[in-house]
Amino acid sequence: MAPEPEKPTSRLPEPDGLLLPHLFRVESRHRETADTFTLTMTPSGSGSEWPFAPGQFNMLTAFGIGEVPISISGDPAEPQRLIHTIRAVGAATRHLCKLGRGDLVGVRGPFGTAWPVKEAEGRDLVFVAGGLGLAPLRPAIYHALANRPAYGNIEIIYGARSPQDMLYFRELKGWRGRFDARVHVTVDAAPPEWRGRVGVVTKVIDLARFDPPHTVALMCGPGVMMRFTVQGLMARGVEPDNIYVSMERNMQCGLGLCGHCQLGPVFICKDGPVFPFSRIKDWFAKREV
Amino acid sequence: MDNSFIIEAPQLQQLIEVLQSQGYGVLGPTLRQDDLVYDEVRATADLPVGWLDEHEAGSFRLIRGEAQTFFGCLVGQHSWKQFLFPSNLRLWQAQQQENSWQVNAFTDEEPPYAFLGVRACDLAALEVHDRTFARGRHPDPVYQGRRGKAFIVAVNCTRSAATCFCASLGTGPKATSGFDLALTEVMEKGNHYFLVKAGTKRGTAVLNSLTHRPATKAEVAAAEGLVAGAARSQSRSLEIEGLQEFLYNNFENPHWDRVVERCLTCGNCAITCPTCFCHDIQDRIDVTGEVAERWRHWEVCFSVDHSYIHGGAIRPSPRSRYRQWLTHKLATWVDQFGCLGCIGCGRCITWCPVGIDLIQEVRGLKAAAVEAAAGETQKSTGEKTHGNH
Amino acid sequence: METIEATLAAHPFFQGMTPQHLAEIAACGRRVQFNADDFLCREDEEALDFYVIISGSVSVEIFSARRGPLTTTTVEEGEVLGWLWFEKPYHWHLDARARQVTRVVALGVEALKAKCEADRDLGYDLMKRYAHYLAVQFRVSKLQLVDMYGT
Repeated sequence: MAPEPEKPTSRLPEPDGLLLPHLFRVESRHRETADTFTLTMTPSGSGSEWPFAPGQFNMLTAFGIGEVPISISGDPAEPQRLIHTIRAVGAATRHLCKLGRGDLVGVRGPFGTAWPVKEAEGRDLVFVAGGLGLAPLRPAIYHALANRPAYGNIEIIYGARSPQDMLYFRELKGWRGRFDARVHVTVDAAPPEWRGRVGVVTKVIDLARFDPPHTVALMCGPGVMMRFTVQGLMARGVEPDNIYVSMERNMQCGLGLCGHCQLGPVFICKDGPVFPFSRIKDWFAKREV
Repeated sequence: MDNSFIIEAPQLQQLIEVLQSQGYGVLGPTLRQDDLVYDEVRATADLPVGWLDEHEAGSFRLIRGEAQTFFGCLVGQHSWKQFLFPSNLRLWQAQQQENSWQVNAFTDEEPPYAFLGVRACDLAALEVHDRTFARGRHPDPVYQGRRGKAFIVAVNCTRSAATCFCASLGTGPKATSGFDLALTEVMEKGNHYFLVKAGTKRGTAVLNSLTHRPATKAEVAAAEGLVAGAARSQSRSLEIEGLQEFLYNNFENPHWDRVVERCLTCGNCAITCPTCFCHDIQDRIDVTGEVAERWRHWEVCFSVDHSYIHGGAIRPSPRSRYRQWLTHKLATWVDQFGCLGCIGCGRCITWCPVGIDLIQEVRGLKAAAVEAAAGETQKSTGEKTHGNH
Repeated sequence: METIEATLAAHPFFQGMTPQHLAEIAACGRRVQFNADDFLCREDEEALDFYVIISGSVSVEIFSARRGPLTTTTVEEGEVLGWLWFEKPYHWHLDARARQVTRVVALGVEALKAKCEADRDLGYDLMKRYAHYLAVQFRVSKLQLVDMYGT
């Protein structure tokens, strides 16, 4: 799944390589929203690269505090830098969000399945992100834009609660400035100075330009948003096999062993987090499973 | 039977000694504070000699048997998973050094184990755990290491408890594979001996260092008869034909509500279950702030925190948690690992403080589904009748 | 210049409508251009037009004395604006303000209703489209209500 490393990687061989945290140093911290920060890190020990595939996640350790699963949000073509966008919601994430240049983070991974960026070549690509869901999609967007000729239309749809809650604001503007990709941004509520769209993501699906039978949709966001987005995409004629969703559950090991991330027959951490919608459709909308 | 041998009852001590001399830590059933547990067995006297276990839903009693058998007790609340998948395990320790951390991996210092007295159902449980911890994409090195070295002495069951249902699942009462040695304890007509089969070269080597002789046909028949009798005496059985599909179609079955009128969500069933594998991972730090550790602890899907993600739990209701446990054991497990998560030992029935019985609950679910279907038919027939008038 | 009929025919709301019906509806329409910050309608004003947005962007606002105008949704090209034109007493409930130069076809509500009454086939076709539009509006409003990005 992960690209073949060209340089020595920072990872130990399995099983220790997956059980023990590798040391990374924070290079910089960038504030995205009131409670969300992006850390850029580089390996602290031997090795200099951390190859990953778009969509995969790492387990990040705040030493002595705890470990949390965080999707990788950097560029897969730049494995020498590890980038994670983290929302401060619990003890470990709050600690990670306070780290500054030179601080240490433990990293295990990368874990999980990837966005089907290879398989989607020759198709239109529709990215649908909600809130923090843009973070796990960003590596796939980087890949698609770096390999622009391989795809048809590229539509990036991003919904957030308000303009203040949007991630990667400047970068979105940059993508929007390209002549070969369309970016649709919409928020639920906005102050008068907001010049963008107000309304839910699902409404934008109807306006995006893509050829449904030849489209691959990649989606990540809150459950409610994904449920209605899937409906919107299917109503336009996108096949459930071509709709990919990134799922979230309690994850503690990343190895499919601790049992917390089960969704019916699948373990989100090792069978996912990225699934073709067709694979989990029977479980997607079931309650309390 | 050319591959069956007899060792006389006193030679069991010899078996323990041979295993000890080969460096094994011998573990088996023993009594501790009047409870049946698995622990170190230094000599045959440590075994629960002459005791029998009586099981019912929510009830466990040890009683004196008439015969001085070594393996009269079947299964207690312990299972062998506690040795291969310990309930508390430190995965690593990290020491702060100036501006960095030195991470030290866990090194397993346990001696190789010899499990003495593994029942057929528990052999099946080991096989189930092998699929989870040893044969998956990411094996657990601790389990793998201990399991690979473990010497297994199985003991065939010559009696069944009221809660046993291995015969209906095909996992017992006879051990058919997965052992180094398999014993059948026979005590009749004043004779007390073990019929022994070796399942591996390692097992044969140990057998060869014991005083033993080939078994006669009569001795083999006597042992087989006892095991067959144990199978026949089982009153509980789990009908697994079509069960997975049935459970997948019964997430909203009204019987779930009836179970949780009783279920305390204590998780005893999952803790005593020899195949339940869920665990928590917790980090801690010492008072100096210089030593960080990561621990692994058994955890159960009956806790609300089990499904917690920021914002709340996925399964807040007891109903959804019992449903998760039962559906995992009997349905999703099959998709995950290609086998049932239940091996028919009956521990979850015995150790449930309110006597919830998995067999009965499956029956209850099926009955409720039949009732609901009958209701539907009645409704549609009623409408038709009405339409005809 | 393109006829109003042709403009409507190219608009998603009228997609697939028969030429006769389109012609009838076009006869009720006139082209209007709004500049940035012009109001297409204001709360409590009489609703005289049903707007078919051809280009531009409109914010639908609720005015709060303390917080000023709050944008509840934006309406863009390819959409329509005005829910209540067949419902007496034909008053707008919200403000709608052009966020940029916005071109619309304004369909006179009185004339449109008269056409629908006279030709029930046309009326039914329009109501079907309208009902679908309303259903979509309700659905997205509910999604906005639950604050789905909250967790």
